[in-house]
Amino acid sequence: MDKSAAAIICRDLRKRYVTRGQPPVDALVGLELTVAPGECLGLLGPNGAGKTTTIEILEGLVEPTAGEVQVLGMRWGDDDESLRQRIGISLQETRLADKLTVQETLRLFRSFYRNGCDPGDVLGAVSLTEKRRARIDTLSGGQKQRLAVACALLGEPELLFLDEPTTGLDPQSRRDIWDIIRRHRERGRTTLLTTHYMDEAERLCDRVAVVDRGKVIAVGSPSELIHRIGGEHVIQFGLKNHSANALPDVTLFRDLPSVRNCRTDSDGIQLTVGAPHECIPALVERLGVQRLELTRLTTRHVSLEDVFVSLTGRHLTAEELADKAP
Amino acid sequence: MKRYSPHWELFLCRMRMFYREPDAMFWTYGFPVLLTIGLGVAFRTKPPDKVQVAIQDAAALSDIRRTLESDQSFQTFVGSVTQCESWIRKGEAAIAVLHADGVEYRSDPTRPDTAIARLKVDEAIQRAAGRTDVVGIKDTDVTSPGARYIDFLIPGLLGMNLMSGGLWGIGFVTVDMRIRKLLKRLVATPMRKRDFFLSLIGSRMVFTIPEMLLLLVTGWLLFRVAIAGSLVSIAVVAGVGALSFAGLGLLLASRARKIETISGLMNAAMLPMWIFSGIFFSSKRFPDILQPFIQALPLTQLNSALRAVITDGASLMSQWLPLSILVAYGLVSFVLALRWFRWT
Repeated sequence: MDKSAAAIICRDLRKRYVTRGQPPVDALVGLELTVAPGECLGLLGPNGAGKTTTIEILEGLVEPTAGEVQVLGMRWGDDDESLRQRIGISLQETRLADKLTVQETLRLFRSFYRNGCDPGDVLGAVSLTEKRRARIDTLSGGQKQRLAVACALLGEPELLFLDEPTTGLDPQSRRDIWDIIRRHRERGRTTLLTTHYMDEAERLCDRVAVVDRGKVIAVGSPSELIHRIGGEHVIQFGLKNHSANALPDVTLFRDLPSVRNCRTDSDGIQLTVGAPHECIPALVERLGVQRLELTRLTTRHVSLEDVFVSLTGRHLTAEELADKAP
Repeated sequence: MKRYSPHWELFLCRMRMFYREPDAMFWTYGFPVLLTIGLGVAFRTKPPDKVQVAIQDAAALSDIRRTLESDQSFQTFVGSVTQCESWIRKGEAAIAVLHADGVEYRSDPTRPDTAIARLKVDEAIQRAAGRTDVVGIKDTDVTSPGARYIDFLIPGLLGMNLMSGGLWGIGFVTVDMRIRKLLKRLVATPMRKRDFFLSLIGSRMVFTIPEMLLLLVTGWLLFRVAIAGSLVSIAVVAGVGALSFAGLGLLLASRARKIETISGLMNAAMLPMWIFSGIFFSSKRFPDILQPFIQALPLTQLNSALRAVITDGASLMSQWLPLSILVAYGLVSFVLALRWFRWT
């Protein structure tokens, strides 16, 4: 096989879920994605965007309605067993058998792979060595999730699929999982993960594909995506006696130094700027002239959240009526 | 590099998941034994009931009174005519023997025990007075081991256990794994599906061995239920039965995604067999028109084969028909289950 070939290619991927008595749901509407070998790519998007459908099609667990899929140069349906020998999978939500111990579970999963690592080594890598004799029903959420990732690593996969590996975990458990993923990447292996945490995507991924409403709306490294919206900083401020629906026109601030973009937010105004030290004095002066009183002012770096908002006009984490796939 | 056998690991895990679940252990092993003991005690063989006779306290009846009092089959009450009438009224005595113009029997003919009480009392009185039998009769006692209720019951309970063990032990466990997405996780590995099914059924076969031994030993220790046939034949019949119901369990569980669905399906499948298949009483008691349906139920065939080898000591060869029906059930349901099986 050509070593330089893409680890994952999907073209014009479509998936329609049909449930009797209900209108069909289009989970994917022409999703395009290429993942290079050795890269860690994150699918970032809100709930219901189609991330899980995409990853499960790539894992060979869900049939696409249309489109082309290549994983490690192979296609699902040709020789699934040898393809499965080369990939590792952690599903979004799996409750492993409660009554088995950590060690027994790892031995079971290890037995399915022709080649792979010693369960003891994986235990060390996910820091569960002390828990090896513990039954799964006694583990914490973070420990269970590390075990799930450990099960995905047992076959020393060339390609690792992780579906929301850190959702619902405490900060320490999240960092533990990130370390596992980084070590996998350092060995030159490929990772595809889904997340709706922008900080996770920023820290972990070489490239991020922003998924919304069944397709990829932007791909690039986190810094590329951030540059794409102009400024690198965000200034957010609120005004006295101005609630969200009675804010002054944002065009009032457009001509301030280094401002790239202005918009109103749920409780204030948000400016994307290149140089906050030039913009803030001018902003304060302008507010004084307009007799507007500042209630708060914060600055921060542009995040992928801002990228998502600027691309879709919606927040990544905002609750929405997710057309969650069955 | 160390070799790991997927068959063995899957089988081991299944065994552990079972014996670490106290509820499953109780329902598979404890409950059937308790049921056997309970039913065995309730339906134990009792000595025939005594006939309660009221006798008037009259000098003319003293011979009759002596006769009846010395006979173990009667319990006698002696008193005035008024007392005798009261005993009859309250049901404490089935018949009263009074002195009238000779001997008078007084009884309530609408009560079920009256006729037999009258016959027995009259027989004892007439025989004591010198009546002889005209036709010579020989009585043969049939309350021997092998013909008691408990002897009928044990093979039936064994069959019932093989049924519920197969259906719950395979069906319930499979659906639980589907709900946990454990099936989906397994199918996402290179695991061979065949290995998974074999381990599920293999472990179920192993669980039946103690199940069978426990019941047979309980029956023998507490109620002296004898085993007429060979243990090998019993094991073969039980093994075929277990396989057949394991297949049915897998079939019922092949699509279900909810515990409510599988519980409903299993109860619907088991209910007719609980009633018709001769667990607690013979299925021959049902009308002829139902017999083709009853005989087509796998548990009817299993119970009949088990009774034949355990109670009658029949050979395996003689049971080819019920065994083939069971094998057919097992095979057909297994093939259909594999075709319809849903991993996600």
